[in-house]
Amino acid sequence: MPSADLARLRARIAALEGVGAEAVPGAVALGLPEVDAVLPWGGLALGCLHEVTGVPHGNGVGDGAATAFSAMLLGRLAAGERKPALWIGHGDMPYAPGLGQLGLGPERLVLVRPYRAAQSLWALEEGVRCRALAGVLAEVWDVDLTAARRLQLAAKASGVPALLLNHGPACGAAVTRWRVGTSPSRSDPALGVGPWRWNVELLRCRGRGVDDRGRVAVWEVEWDEQARGLRLAAPAADRAAAPQRFRAAG
Amino acid sequence: MSVADALAVRPGLVLAPADEAADRALVDRLADWCSHYTPWAAADAWTEGFGLWLDVTGCAHLFGGEEALLAHLTRRLKRLGFSARAALADTPGAAWARARYGANHPCVPGMGQRDALAPLPVAALRLAPETAATLSGLGLRCIGDLYGIPRAGLAARFGRVVAHRLDQALGHESEPISPRRPPPSHGVHAAFAEPIARAEDVAEAVRRLLERLCRQLEAEGLGLRRLEVAAFRVDATSRSIAIGTSRPARDPRHLFRLLGEDLPALDPGFGIELLRLSALEVAPLAPEQTGLEAGDACPDEFVRLLDSLGNRLGFDRVMRLVPQQSHVPERAVTRLPPTAPVPSVSWPDRRRPVRLFSRPEPVEAMAPVPDSPPVMFRWRNRAHRVVRADSAERIADEWWRRIAPERDYYVVEDEVGRRFWLFREGLYGAEPPPRWYVHGVFA
Repeated sequence: MPSADLARLRARIAALEGVGAEAVPGAVALGLPEVDAVLPWGGLALGCLHEVTGVPHGNGVGDGAATAFSAMLLGRLAAGERKPALWIGHGDMPYAPGLGQLGLGPERLVLVRPYRAAQSLWALEEGVRCRALAGVLAEVWDVDLTAARRLQLAAKASGVPALLLNHGPACGAAVTRWRVGTSPSRSDPALGVGPWRWNVELLRCRGRGVDDRGRVAVWEVEWDEQARGLRLAAPAADRAAAPQRFRAAG
Repeated sequence: MSVADALAVRPGLVLAPADEAADRALVDRLADWCSHYTPWAAADAWTEGFGLWLDVTGCAHLFGGEEALLAHLTRRLKRLGFSARAALADTPGAAWARARYGANHPCVPGMGQRDALAPLPVAALRLAPETAATLSGLGLRCIGDLYGIPRAGLAARFGRVVAHRLDQALGHESEPISPRRPPPSHGVHAAFAEPIARAEDVAEAVRRLLERLCRQLEAEGLGLRRLEVAAFRVDATSRSIAIGTSRPARDPRHLFRLLGEDLPALDPGFGIELLRLSALEVAPLAPEQTGLEAGDACPDEFVRLLDSLGNRLGFDRVMRLVPQQSHVPERAVTRLPPTAPVPSVSWPDRRRPVRLFSRPEPVEAMAPVPDSPPVMFRWRNRAHRVVRADSAERIADEWWRRIAPERDYYVVEDEVGRRFWLFREGLYGAEPPPRWYVHGVFA
């Protein structure tokens, strides 16, 4: 088969599967070439459902990494589209100054606080249908597959990306699924706490297979407070060595 | 009449304790129901028996004249099981007197209250019983007897009240009726020859009324801020629902969508005979073209979303969080409605957590050196060894409200990389000893 035909066929399959730049209304780059290259759309796809989860710590509160990573994503969406973004959460409020330092400023962020968890999903769906938004995020504890599929369809129809900051079990219908946990700073302890450092695992991404540990890719990233952007911290391979060093240091 | 006397007259009498609050509520409900004759309906504040005031100026022709309106009103009330007397006159006082003391001809002709009141007893002037008794004792039994008495004499003997009531009844002094609710500036209504009860009919009627109301508002360059839909049902009860908008609006489709979720609350019961839409609050809205392209991201669409969220969750649940001039973390953020302009104050430069606990959680901390971060702390039954810490940030209450001790905040990182915002309240060596708290978690 000629290679031109093959390429056309590949493109058609990609379009049918909903992957590739043609299948979505657009994408917003995360600003980190290593991550953007793994995502088939060259960035976070618009008009899709994305899911971010944290790493459980067993004492009731997760760390702030998943919240911060979601805020960073929403901030990038809002800055790229120059439209407001909605944050829907019915429990503890996120702290706006912290979100602002992650690029989600008050001029872009509108917070919605429903009384009940069930209203969060309703508000999320309502927000996703509104084309005047750059993105909508809802903090959820329990999402079933049907609700998630509805969200995905609504997002596809409007082109507005939906983010689930999921504190509960995986919902199953998201186009990408991220797990974000904190990672110790690498700087000299005498210099204080280094830049925010996260261990970002892409657990699921439509159009990409997973490795034997159930992940598409893993990165160790840092938040550059001056440039307000992500940067790659270190290759994932030396992660295992890190805790060793700190045990010695302490 | 005492209970014993009453039982002597009628042995089979059913006795029930008086429930003034319930009676009052019933009269209020009837006043609401009467507001489909006129928006100026009020329960009678003067407490001899129960009464309703209706200012029907300019409304009577809708019912075929004054006589017909009164007949309509009394017939309907009778059918509902109330015994009612009604009268209509130029002044509230005259109407009150004719309704209670007039034998026939409930409609006093225009400017005819002087003649109409003359034969009525003085008690019809809404006087206290003892005042009325004194007047009768002086031989002034009818209102007509008072006409010839010099005012100065009346005032000297009884104070202002008699002359005042007389002037009110005759129309020499004005007496406004305060309606139960302020009359809306704009409103439309539809009366149904056959009461409607199906949900689809109600929705359709509301939709049409909305279109009419919006046209009315458009002609005047106004938009709705609050809208009330009231349904008057055949069983003399009324139901109402209200919606608000975050910006003046007059797009009937948008407003209908906002109402849509609440429409079932207008439970038609046995049928709705009158629907009324009132614009409770209006604001100027410049004329604009409607029907922009669907793909165009107009801010209107955002406002519509805010309306729908606000009506379902409450307008106070949708907010923008903006900086406020304060160093205290809890007060550094203030809420604004999402449509309000964002003030140009920036967030603090120092690191701030992404989650701030509404109540700082106490921790057991080990801080061997004063004025330094702890080396270890126990929070929620879990020990955290502090590996790294930023230098302290001292935050004190503003001087005009200095109640709480100063706090020294530390950004600390534990051995697995979790980052916390700890603070120490109080100083080492002082009494009481310092205490440690976790106030938030970082990225």
